[in-house]
Amino acid sequence: MNLLSFLKVRQTAPLARERLQLIIAHERAEVGRSQLVDILREEILAVIAKHIAIDRDKVQVRVEQGQEVSTLDLDIELPVNFNAKKAA
Amino acid sequence: MSKVLVVTSGKGGVGKTTTTAALGAAIAQSGSSVCVVDFDVGLRNLDLVMGAERRVVYDLINVVCGDAKLSQAVIRDKRLPNLHLLPASQTRDKDALTDAGVARVMDELRQKFDWVICDSPAGIERGATLAMRHADVAVVVTNPEVSSVRDSDRIIGLLDSKTIKAEKGETLDKHLILTRYDAARAARGDMLKVEDVLEILSLPLLAIIPDSQEVLRASNVGCPVTLNNPLSAPARAYADAVRRLQGETVPMSVLSDRRSFLERSFLDKFFARRAA
Ligand SMILES: Nc1ncnc2c1ncn2[C@@H]1O[C@H](COP(=O)(O)OP(=O)(O)O)[C@@H](O)[C@H]1O
Ligand SMILES: [Mg+2]
Repeated sequence: MNLLSFLKVRQTAPLARERLQLIIAHERAEVGRSQLVDILREEILAVIAKHIAIDRDKVQVRVEQGQEVSTLDLDIELPVNFNAKKAA
Repeated sequence: MSKVLVVTSGKGGVGKTTTTAALGAAIAQSGSSVCVVDFDVGLRNLDLVMGAERRVVYDLINVVCGDAKLSQAVIRDKRLPNLHLLPASQTRDKDALTDAGVARVMDELRQKFDWVICDSPAGIERGATLAMRHADVAVVVTNPEVSSVRDSDRIIGLLDSKTIKAEKGETLDKHLILTRYDAARAARGDMLKVEDVLEILSLPLLAIIPDSQEVLRASNVGCPVTLNNPLSAPARAYADAVRRLQGETVPMSVLSDRRSFLERSFLDKFFARRAA
């Protein structure tokens, strides 16, 4: 090991920079996904509300990130007599 | 046209309040009228850094709730007649800051001052998002250190989603102030370099503020560093930042008021002997 590479090894800032680049890229993707879920929830709610009177928190939207496939999970609880609104 | 500027960071203790006071005083010195507003409810400190802690009568929450008029709460600086402070409440609960109430006060501030500078609390909760909500310009304060840089990235995300400008699809003017920078340590490879931070956060650089004892000296006496010692390196760096905010092109440099090694060892020995 020559003097130059010895000095390089002892520097800590390059490692800080590398760790930051990785974690920030990861977190930006995460935030992007959760914003997408918010948008989807709002738009799905709007579509359903056109036809059925529905409670906001009865609509669950989840994105599952898998190795092979990712899935979009929708869980929508409808009121007991949900076709009453349009029928009436 | 008045401008609302938010000083924000995510992480606490990085230099937001110092920056708010320094920019406020430098803007006032340039001839524009300015009001610095402390949004750090419960942990008010801007009054201390500005040396106005004994003159606080009413605060932001009193004005938001309609218990006091804006003119009753705003404190005019004794040294710079263009400089004003709207202090935070030290005792009341921050839930008293309603969206509509804050919007009304910000409107009134815009009518009265050329610049309104909002000092944000730490964190990414309501206090921080309220402080940034009405901003036209954001200054993200970052230290060359991993947790500060990461938190700044989170705050940039909030600036792009939670501000009125962002919601309207307009662009919020964002800038980076890198502060507590130590050029010697960065050169040795023990501190992130300016370029590293810029590459990661990709924001335009407004200023590099050196880590300097002048900042502590200024806060000890309750005077913004730009006013207390205008020739010091941090004061000059903040003054350059203000010129850039006002549209001037000013070359960027890493300022320093470090004495040379020889000078330092000579002076320190001299003072050590005198003190003994
Ligand atoms: N450029 C600087 N050099 C040295 N110390 C600084 C500098 N900027 C801020 N500080 C110190 O850091 C501490 C936190 O600063 P402050 O402005 O209160 O941060 P925040 O408002 O972000 O919590 C204070 O003690 C302040 O004096
Ligand atoms: Mg502060």
